[in-house]
Amino acid sequence: MSMIFGVPLAVLFGQLLIGIINGAFYALLSLGLAVIFGLLKIINFAHGAMYMLGAMVTVLMFDALGVNYWVALFLAPLLVGTFGVLIEYFLLRRIAGQDHIYSLLLTFGVALIIQGVLINWFGVSGLRYTMPDMFKGGVNLGFMFMPYYRAWVIVAALLVCFGTWFVIEKTKLGSYLRAGTEDSELMQGFGINVPLLISLTYGFGVALAAFAGVLAAPIYSVTPVMGSSTLIVVFAVVVIGGMGSIGGAIITGILMGVIEGLTKTFYPPASSAVIFLVMVLVLMFRPSGLFGKEA
Amino acid sequence: MTMMKKLLTSAIASAMMAGGAQAAISNDTVKIGYLADMSGTYRDLAGPNGQKALEMAIADFGGNVNGKKIEVVSADDRNSPDTSSSTVRRWVENENVDMVAGMVASSVSIAVSKILEENDRLGIISGSAASSITNEHCTPNHIHYVYDTYPLANGTASAVVKEGGKTWYMLTADYAFGHSLESDVKNVVEANGGEIIGAVRHPFPTQDFSSFILQAQASGADVIGLANAGADTTNAITTASEFGVTQSGQTLAALLLFLTDVHALGAQTAQGIQLTTGWYWDMNEETREWSDRFMKETGVRPTMVHAGIYSSATQYLNAVAATGSDDAQTVRKQMMDTPINDMFAKNGKIRVDGRMVHDMYLAEVKTPAESKNEWDLYKILRTIPADEAYRPLSESKCKLVNN
Repeated sequence: MSMIFGVPLAVLFGQLLIGIINGAFYALLSLGLAVIFGLLKIINFAHGAMYMLGAMVTVLMFDALGVNYWVALFLAPLLVGTFGVLIEYFLLRRIAGQDHIYSLLLTFGVALIIQGVLINWFGVSGLRYTMPDMFKGGVNLGFMFMPYYRAWVIVAALLVCFGTWFVIEKTKLGSYLRAGTEDSELMQGFGINVPLLISLTYGFGVALAAFAGVLAAPIYSVTPVMGSSTLIVVFAVVVIGGMGSIGGAIITGILMGVIEGLTKTFYPPASSAVIFLVMVLVLMFRPSGLFGKEA
Repeated sequence: MTMMKKLLTSAIASAMMAGGAQAAISNDTVKIGYLADMSGTYRDLAGPNGQKALEMAIADFGGNVNGKKIEVVSADDRNSPDTSSSTVRRWVENENVDMVAGMVASSVSIAVSKILEENDRLGIISGSAASSITNEHCTPNHIHYVYDTYPLANGTASAVVKEGGKTWYMLTADYAFGHSLESDVKNVVEANGGEIIGAVRHPFPTQDFSSFILQAQASGADVIGLANAGADTTNAITTASEFGVTQSGQTLAALLLFLTDVHALGAQTAQGIQLTTGWYWDMNEETREWSDRFMKETGVRPTMVHAGIYSSATQYLNAVAATGSDDAQTVRKQMMDTPINDMFAKNGKIRVDGRMVHDMYLAEVKTPAESKNEWDLYKILRTIPADEAYRPLSESKCKLVNN
């Protein structure tokens, strides 16, 4: 078998694929952050908590009401997104126009409260969620065993990412959004309800995080703390991609998944740090991010 | 005559001095600090319910020992040796805490025991795993009560090797506990004629294990050994089952599993996994009775750590009552002299290195068909006698042991 730096080629292919799968998660999460920051200039530290809520809601709806995976895939983002709209309406709106640090602290506080309350109720050992039957098992690709569910994760995440990018960058609704955040008074003058648009945008960004949470429920242990560690990595991804760049967030997410996967193969102890290393390098040589517009 | 008089007076004087040092409870209060992970990965196995267990022990004494009040303070260790060190320093230097209980992450226990040694207070560690705590890191000021990595390796690893799992690939949590467990496993596997053919050290905590599981699969080892704990272990087991590890003929050996982990995984996913435990709630009438009481307080069944916290606090308070003192050395000596016979352990003994040695159990997770309710999870396969389970003093590197 051919080897690269002592690692068999087959293993390397496997790791690349795993990297793309994890990258799909990063892409989905950083996309939501980028939408919220790009359009509303809010640094949403509650994003990890919303991802966690998506997963928790999926499990709880199944346990209490028997809601299946496919329904949860729509219902959980809808519920969590509505919750996001409420947070925007009752809290974030009050500090609109203030320095970024206010929205950062507010959302961070909201995240801590949600996490703390859920820890009190459910503990941290994790709730059980059974994989939907049609996804059980997998296929042997020759170089690795590919569970069907992971393949589905790539497809679902990429579809949603592309759809979001398309709506914001290529449609009339997207242009309203972008214009509304550039000059809200002018847009109001054209008869467009800008505050509503802003609430819905925040809700949508949050719903993207919840969608990632539903995708995560069958494969990771669902606990109230699952969002907090993911959040920091995802922020790094957004910084690397360029704050607010929608396409940049998607591409960087996948790229970082792959880089992290390769680090796990060649030097595992560095795998939790490698993304931050990339972030430092990017900030040194291209401070506005790989895909950000030069300030 | 004068000689006799001198002897007598000095005898009386020294008796009085010794009595003065011993027969006193400082500040007229026995103050216990409960330190544990209250909000992170290790919360459920000890955490707030561990404090409940401690309070149950104090309630048995009616809140008083020899007429002096028993007080509890508690803190979240956040799995951080730094945070814990400053908490414990404050406790012993400013708040007159006599004994620190709980303690989960091994790195925390090692850091805290140094501070207890400097200030001559007592620590009773119930949650930690690293066997190094009573080996190279032993102090005359702490006791390690429930279990450690030596019997975990001894129980589980030797059972798996004897069933034919000769080659091992280790997934190890990259900190004190993981390293300690990995090295204890290596010794046991090699002593039984097996071999470790590869290992990967993963960051603590890790959510996604797919990459590491893939490496372990590619290694072709008979056994994938999990030298990690809590959510890391449950995540690794879930991912392994998703990637078809067992179908491809490899065995998983989870070296440290708590009841709460198995409960989270469920009998469906966890069935057949062998593990070593220091205690199980459903072993006999005594354990069931205490567990029912615990469940009434908390709504869940106790882990071995919860039971150990209760048992060790009871032993501690008994020793305080017997000596009339809360001085660390006086109490520790009394505890060492008293065999432990309660619902947690039979003929348990605290050795000079601070290790409490007692029987351990090799258990197997029941199948969904065998499991009668959500907490009916283990069947005990074998009792590992205390002498066989723990590292013998003759192999000890502890400074308190004369080798």
